[in-house]
Order: sequence, then structure tokens, then C-alpha cells
Amino acid sequence: MAEREIILEVKDLQTSFFTDDGVIPSVDHVDFHVKEGEILGIVGESGCGKSVTSLSIMGLVPSPPGKITSGQILFKGKDLTKFSEKEMRKVRGNDVAMIFQEPMTSLNPLFTIGNQLVEAITLHKKDWNKKQAKARAVEMLKLVGLPRAEELMKDYPHQLSGGMRQRVMIAMALVCDPKVLIADEPTTALDVTIQAQILKLMRELNERLKTAVIMITHDLGVVAETCERVVVMYAGKVVEEGTVDTIFRNPQHPYTKGLIASVPDMRHKKQRLYSIPGNVPKPGTIKNGCRFAARCESVFGRCTEENPPLYETSANHKTRCFLYDQKEVEVHDKTAATS
Amino acid sequence: MTKPLLQVEGLKKYFPIRSGVLAKQSGYVKAVDNVSFHVNEGETLGIVGESGCGKSTTGRMLMRLLEPTEGKVTFDGKELTSISSTEMRKARREIQMVFQDPYASLNPRHTVEKILMEPLIVHNIGNAKSRKKKVHEFLEIVGLSSYHAKRYPHQFSGGQRQRIGIARALMTNPKLIIADEPVSALDVSIQAQVLNLMQDLQKELKLTYIFIAHDLGVVRHISDRVGVMYLGRMAELATSESLYEEPLHPYTKALLSAVPVPDPEHKREQIILEGDIPSPSNPPSGCTFHTRCPFKMEACTSIVPKLEEVKPGHFVACHLYNEQVQH
Repeated sequence: MAEREIILEVKDLQTSFFTDDGVIPSVDHVDFHVKEGEILGIVGESGCGKSVTSLSIMGLVPSPPGKITSGQILFKGKDLTKFSEKEMRKVRGNDVAMIFQEPMTSLNPLFTIGNQLVEAITLHKKDWNKKQAKARAVEMLKLVGLPRAEELMKDYPHQLSGGMRQRVMIAMALVCDPKVLIADEPTTALDVTIQAQILKLMRELNERLKTAVIMITHDLGVVAETCERVVVMYAGKVVEEGTVDTIFRNPQHPYTKGLIASVPDMRHKKQRLYSIPGNVPKPGTIKNGCRFAARCESVFGRCTEENPPLYETSANHKTRCFLYDQKEVEVHDKTAATS
Repeated sequence: MTKPLLQVEGLKKYFPIRSGVLAKQSGYVKAVDNVSFHVNEGETLGIVGESGCGKSTTGRMLMRLLEPTEGKVTFDGKELTSISSTEMRKARREIQMVFQDPYASLNPRHTVEKILMEPLIVHNIGNAKSRKKKVHEFLEIVGLSSYHAKRYPHQFSGGQRQRIGIARALMTNPKLIIADEPVSALDVSIQAQVLNLMQDLQKELKLTYIFIAHDLGVVRHISDRVGVMYLGRMAELATSESLYEEPLHPYTKALLSAVPVPDPEHKREQIILEGDIPSPSNPPSGCTFHTRCPFKMEACTSIVPKLEEVKPGHFVACHLYNEQVQH
């Protein structure tokens, strides 16, 4: 496959919330990139900063109290963090679009599906007339696999099921051919059989339209099934990054290992599940050292004092853990040899 | 062979639909329609299904938090469906429930001590001193500390709250615990902790569980036997080994193949069901699954399939396994 170009790059992003309890960095110096037509997964548990990362890209962080305090978000080389609200409005929907977890609450209950789709089109394609916009809306509804698209245009959101609503949301997001689609837990609120339909649709659309997708989820199964590359986040930091195969076959960070081991596997029964001890730390409580140190099984002196950088362990695999520091590896090898 | 602790026969719950100015009854939502099963002492029965399949309604009817429309529930030799509500309240000492949302199921204005003491007061167990002792004891059992007793629910994380919910259910030394989606609101790493805790408690206290959930992986992990529900009916019931290795009902097959597996190398033939779950107020005739079933036959649209034992211990409600209907 030819090397694809990087379309969206997040560099050293820090998004903080200014609260009464002080400044809390929800997203703390995060770097990652998405290539053209790629499906990138961002996984992590609640409070790890994955949703705030996506809202930062869209410029939708509630402000106040939230603010992007440092870093860049480069879309085709242009820094979105420097854009004014007016400029951002052009980016949203046109270049980068987003779908949300709750298909129930992200559609306006007072307007028909057609009304809402046409609004999205006319906002971005100013030179289109109503007829063109309507034709485009129907075309999009057909594209996402909804039957009787013309009639659906006149329906209200409450007349549709959860899966159909999520299809409408996808249609709305893709209406202006965005280059990047951010999907924030798109199937979490859906039943498994409906989830399978939506994931299949997203894979097909990605192949057909070559839209890059950032899939934000807590479900490792969804990641394994849809994504090419994965970014694992923990407490506001990227702890591991790699292709899906390397992350699942050869996880390096103790958190990623623990996370994969604690999912009950449907295919065979384990006597006992592995569980990571303790709880996810509250954002901002850990100032020094690795965020995972308190729950880590392989913790050693350095972990609580220094902040581990992201080590590049192979061509497409990065880990934020001192165990993969070349110095530590050498020391370990030496002690192993002498003992 | 252990004896059944709970026996459920022909359980039904029809919710009336009322419409118009006079609230005339215009139909029923058949939330649970003729469900029968039993639970043996010391085992875990898992009940899985998608939203609206009636799994939670079934759980609530077993405790008579909802009055069944029809059917018989026998617990430990006593018929629960025919006793008065006062007697039922006493019987609940033996059957307790753990709820899904650890945020909504604990009173935010009460300390943990008060929350845990309440069941003891209701059932008139012990005196003030022994109750307090018991609260502290059970906090330790579920992996919290006795100093947590004076705190309020908002001071705990989701996983810890679910531990409190479990402790509350255990206070009266019940025999049967009905857990309705106990881990679905929790993160993966916390979910594993709570599942392990529930398994340890089962061994230690000889508990019987009915585990209601939508996550098929979790259900396989914890259950000895599993029942799959679809639109108010039991579609398949078998040991978890048999159900997951050799599912028979087309719905179970599709359901199992739809679950994303956290292994990119795992290849399988995915059966993707078309369409949505039909509304339970107007369920399809015959087999309720026939509108989405890839193996639909003529009989399926008219005859309701019975839950029949196809292999030892493996029950399925599908005409594909009924030779009389096929020929």
C-alpha cells in the first residue's frame, strides 16, 4: 500500500479545566496523528480524556471552564487551535465531522429528519438550492442503508429506533464529504445486533468514501474489529500506540496488558479474571511520576519520581513505560547475566 | 444433583396500553410471555437478551416488585405468587437484589452505615450493637474498610458503590441474589474486580445467583447455565459451555456472532441480522423472531415454538429442531 499522507495531527495537546479546585489537565500533552482514509481507535476508561481530546479537535470544549492550554491541532498543516469561532464553523462538518454516543439526544425532537439534514447541507453549501439539498439528503439516507428514504425525510426522530437514529447521525455527519469523522462511542448505547450493523456500515463507508475515522471507545472488541491503529489513553496521557495487531498480540504497557486481560472472553471460560487493582486516579491528583504507578505490578523506584516519555519500541509501536527505556533494559540484562 | 431452589412456571407480565380520553384499554405490551425455568442451589443462571426482551421484568417479578399477570414462582418449596404482600416482605429476606446503576440505587442522603443497616431494621434482625458490627463485617467482606461506614455514597467511585450495593444485598444472609446488570455501568478494569468479588462471595457464602446482563462475555464468565430471551420469550436455555460452543437457536447464533471479539486475528462468519427488534406491543405472530430469522419456514409465522429439550440439558424454542413441524 502506498504511504498515505497524515491528514490530522495532534501535537502536544493539553486541554485543562479551570475549576474551584484548581487547574485540572484532562488531556495532558497528547500526540497522535491520523492518516488519510485510516481508522484510528482511541481506547481508555472513563475519565482518561478521550472525549475531551475529540472535543478539542472540534473546538467544542465548553469554555469556560475548559481551555486548550498548549499544543497544536494540525488539519492539512493548518493549526485549528488558532482558528476563530467563525473559521471553525466552516471546518466543522465540512472537513471534520463528529457523531456522538446518544443518538436519542443529538437529534432535535421538534424537527423532521429531512429538515435537520437539509439544514446541515444549506449551512455549508450556500450556493445550493433547496431541491439540490433535498436530493442530497435522500441520497445520504440511502447511502447509510435506510429503507424508504423519501418517506423517512418526513419522520420525526421519535419514530425511529436507536439504530436508525444512529444511521441518520452518520448520514448527517457525512453530508459534506468530511475528510475526518470523529465517532465518540457510536455504538455504546445500542444493542449488540444493532452494533454489528452500525460497525459494518462504518467500515463500508470508510472503504467507499475514504473518510478517515477516529473511533473513540472503551470497548476493546470494537477496536479489534474496526481499527487499523490504536492509541491507548490513561489519565489524560497516551500510554501506548501501535497497529491493532501489535497492541493485541504484543501489548507492552502494563495498563494495556491488564486491560486486555480483564475482558471476559466469550470464546473460552477462564477460572478467574485478571483485574487491575485500585481505581482510576482523579484527574490532576498525580503530579509526579507515571500515572499508572500506583496500580502497576512492575512498578519500581523511577516510576514514582519521573514522568516516563513515550519510547519507540519498534517502527510502529510506542510505549510510555520505563521498562522499555534502553538504560533499564541494559541494567536488567546485566543483573540477569550475573545472577 | 442439587435440587432446584427456584422454580418458575409459565410466568407472564402483560402491561395494559391505555389510550383515548377514557383511558380505554387498547392492547397489551407482552413484556414477558410464558417463561419457565429453574435455578439450582449454588449455581449461577445467566439471563441475556437485548433491550426490551423482558429480562429485567422477569427479575423483578421473581421478587414480586412487579406483580406477575400469570404464572407460578416457587422458592425453596414455598409458592411466592400466592402469598400476601406482608408474607412476601418476609420472604425477601432470602432473596435480595443488586441493581444496575450504583449511582441511583443508593440514597445520597444516608451514610453507608445507614444504608446497610436498613435491611436489618426492616427484617428485625439483631440489636443496634450487633447490627453495627455486622455492617463493619460486611464492608470488609466486600473489600471496603470499616471506616467507610460514616461516609456518603458520593464519596465513593462507581466500583466501590457497586460493592456497597452488594453488601446491602448480603446483609440479611439471603440464599438467592438477583443481579440486574450489576457491572454494565462500570469500566472494564473495575468490572473484573466486581465479577471476581461476586464469584468469591458465592463460594464463601454458598449463594445462588440469577445474573441478568446484556454482555455475553460477562455472562459466560460467571454463569453455569444461560438463558437467552427474545421479545418476552425464552429462546434457548442450556449450560454455558453448550450454549456458547454449539448455539442452536438462529437468534443465539446471530447474537454470539455479533459480539466484537478483542482479538484482531479472530476470523468468523458474522451473521448480521436485518432490521430492529419488533415492538412488544405488537409482536409478530408465531415465533417472534421470524421477521429477522434467516431460516424462516412456513410454520414459524403461525405456530409458537415450544421450549423443548433437544440435547440433554439443552432447551431451544425453534421449529428447526422440531421434526413434526418440519415434515
